[in-house]
Amino acid sequence: MSPVVRDNTPVLRPGFRLQWEPVQNSHVLLYPEGMVKLNESAAEVLLLVDGKRPVADIINTLTDKFPNVPGLDEDVLAFIEVAHAQHWLHIR
Amino acid sequence: MLNTGSTSAEQGPPLWLLAELTYRCPLQCPYCSNPLEFANHKGELSTAQWVDVFTQARALGAAQLGFSGGEPLVREDLAELIGAARELGFYTNLITSGMGLTEAKIEAFREAGLDHIQISFQASDAEINNMLAGSRKAFEQKLAMARAVKAAGYPMVLNFVTHRHNIDQIDRIIELCVALEADFVELATCQYYGWAHLNRAGLLPTKAQLDHAEQVTNQWREKLAEQGNPCKLILVTPDYYEERPKGCMNGWGNIFLTITPDGTALPCHSARQLPVSFPSVTEHSLSHIWYDSFGFNRFRGYDWMSEPCRSCDEKEKDFGGCRCQAYLLTGDATQADPVCSKSPHHHKILQARAEAEQPQPGIEELTFRNERTSRIICKV
Repeated sequence: MSPVVRDNTPVLRPGFRLQWEPVQNSHVLLYPEGMVKLNESAAEVLLLVDGKRPVADIINTLTDKFPNVPGLDEDVLAFIEVAHAQHWLHIR
Repeated sequence: MLNTGSTSAEQGPPLWLLAELTYRCPLQCPYCSNPLEFANHKGELSTAQWVDVFTQARALGAAQLGFSGGEPLVREDLAELIGAARELGFYTNLITSGMGLTEAKIEAFREAGLDHIQISFQASDAEINNMLAGSRKAFEQKLAMARAVKAAGYPMVLNFVTHRHNIDQIDRIIELCVALEADFVELATCQYYGWAHLNRAGLLPTKAQLDHAEQVTNQWREKLAEQGNPCKLILVTPDYYEERPKGCMNGWGNIFLTITPDGTALPCHSARQLPVSFPSVTEHSLSHIWYDSFGFNRFRGYDWMSEPCRSCDEKEKDFGGCRCQAYLLTGDATQADPVCSKSPHHHKILQARAEAEQPQPGIEELTFRNERTSRIICKV
């Protein structure tokens, strides 16, 4: 599988849904007969995955929101690669 | 009665709700997970009662909802129930045989907000051949519906129940699923509860059959990974060839909640056969049922365990295995699951494995799940 680059545009795989669950106090990713409880940083990235924003935009938006996090761009790229490898999202 | 397990303060919410809408079904699979005496339970919750159950379960924290049965498509209010559940925020799964499904229904469910459809194939050996040859109406129907499900944009899970009569064709089964563009394929060997337990000798594959199935599945996994094909193969092997039991349902009353057609609440879909009294949603709130009822607390925690589980250092991993299996094989639901090699009843598992090596009755000699047989087996 080729690495994710900044001008790729991720989109959630059909049938996958990101949702806030108050009882679990976290975002979860729901899919056929499955559910992943997301940590805060994973949720921050996936909330910006809309099939329109390229990875570079997602990184810029999060850098504006969390200006003091070192290495944020590498973390975002690494997470999107993992999510892609898990087939949670498609890359265009 | 006393609670035997953890208290509600420690117990997390139910995350999965399985709604068995009805025991009615046009099929007669000899490995059905419905209770043997299903014909004695005629009652079905009304539309309003189901919506109330969904509302309560969602408030407790349930996020996944499976519509099951019997065959859920026989409920004429299915689209309405899907719509209500989706509106509440559930991820909605329809678990169906595909019998009775039409393109119009697929579209109506889509509009109601259904998230996913799982079609199960009940194919036996001869039937798989027929299906692959496209010569049988039922399978034409299933194939057509599988294609229609994909065309409507749903993610699709295909479920093949495997047993000694069809497991050797697993290569062709996977090939078919990949051709149908399934997103997930569950290759589920029967687990031996309910009707499958009744028919166990005629269903349990041999060790060699199972090894072959695992090998073929792994070859397909490598091939799919190389192609970047997202289709995921899930091979469920029978406990009977394990040396340690499964952590059944992630623990009794831990995350799963099943509601049967008449409103009886169960910690798993097989639990109705246990000599435990289970509460009904027609009499109690779901919150009471989940956190406070005797039935849901019966096997929570570790205090109910006898030896060898009680002092076992693996009890937090497998919770002593499956209560239903312990009861079916030993007559005592507090025993260790006999799948465990530490169980004093493990020889029953070894015996079943030895039986599997012997010639067994053909498919036509199995006991098929239908109302008449259910009544004969279980006189009220």
